[in-house]
Amino acid sequence: MKVLMILIALFLSTAQVLSKENEIIETDIYKNLRCLVCQGQSIAESNSDFAQTIKVVIKDKISEGKSQNEIYDFLISKYGEWIVYKPRFNKNNLLLWLMPYFIFLLGGVIILNNLKKSNNKKDN
Amino acid sequence: MKLKLIISFIFVVAIFVVTVFFISLKTNNKYDTKNLIGQSISNFNLYSLKHNVRITEENLKKNKFTLINFWASWCGPCRKEHPTLISLSNNHKLKILGVNFKDKATHASKFLKELGNPYYFIASDIAGKTSILFGIYGIPESILIDNNLKIIAKFIGPLTTEDYKKIIKIIK
Repeated sequence: MKVLMILIALFLSTAQVLSKENEIIETDIYKNLRCLVCQGQSIAESNSDFAQTIKVVIKDKISEGKSQNEIYDFLISKYGEWIVYKPRFNKNNLLLWLMPYFIFLLGGVIILNNLKKSNNKKDN
Repeated sequence: MKLKLIISFIFVVAIFVVTVFFISLKTNNKYDTKNLIGQSISNFNLYSLKHNVRITEENLKKNKFTLINFWASWCGPCRKEHPTLISLSNNHKLKILGVNFKDKATHASKFLKELGNPYYFIASDIAGKTSILFGIYGIPESILIDNNLKIIAKFIGPLTTEDYKKIIKIIK
């Protein structure tokens, strides 16, 4: 009897942890999806019919064992890249993704250059 | 020399910003799902209003052209486009499949009794989940597919006279 009780308790706590994990994944996905029928709202913020349906579909996909990326791929195939706030890396947004790194590197080069110059001046 | 470099850098940045603004202003920001044209529809489960009959990919492949129309009795614009659907249903080359979206079967039947039934099959999508498979984000929306289940045209909003002419031209 005791063993059975322990097993039930274990089962319930595992189920609770899993559902909590799923909830976190769901919220993460909702926040990264644009509500296509709303003005500047994400699926997480919106109460529109479209947002409610998307939420149900995402819940289904998660319970089917689909990963976050698989869910994004599915939604992008149906609604295009516009549905995600964080677009995937592609040739159209190459500049957008690479510009911050480029500016960061350029800044580094300028700082290094200035440091070298001031060191040379000190040496002289 | 240094000042020249700074001025040139500011100039390049300004040109870049102006170009981005100009391109953004010229770009059409109205969202649609026209990018689905050319893709094939698959993996769908459509059941009749009473949930006793299932329509499959094989069923749709038998039709030369199928217009999948998402509608509901509570949707005002659906009422507006209904005469266009009735006119299209008279064309023997086209079958119209109605997907009743988040609606009650009794209300849907009443709607069709009042305005006429242009559909050869009426499927039910009570939870709205099927519509997501078709890339629908509002109703009414219609998708024209061929017998290979390839999307030929997509119509967002109520079908207009222009849309009617376009469909007739395609299925000719």
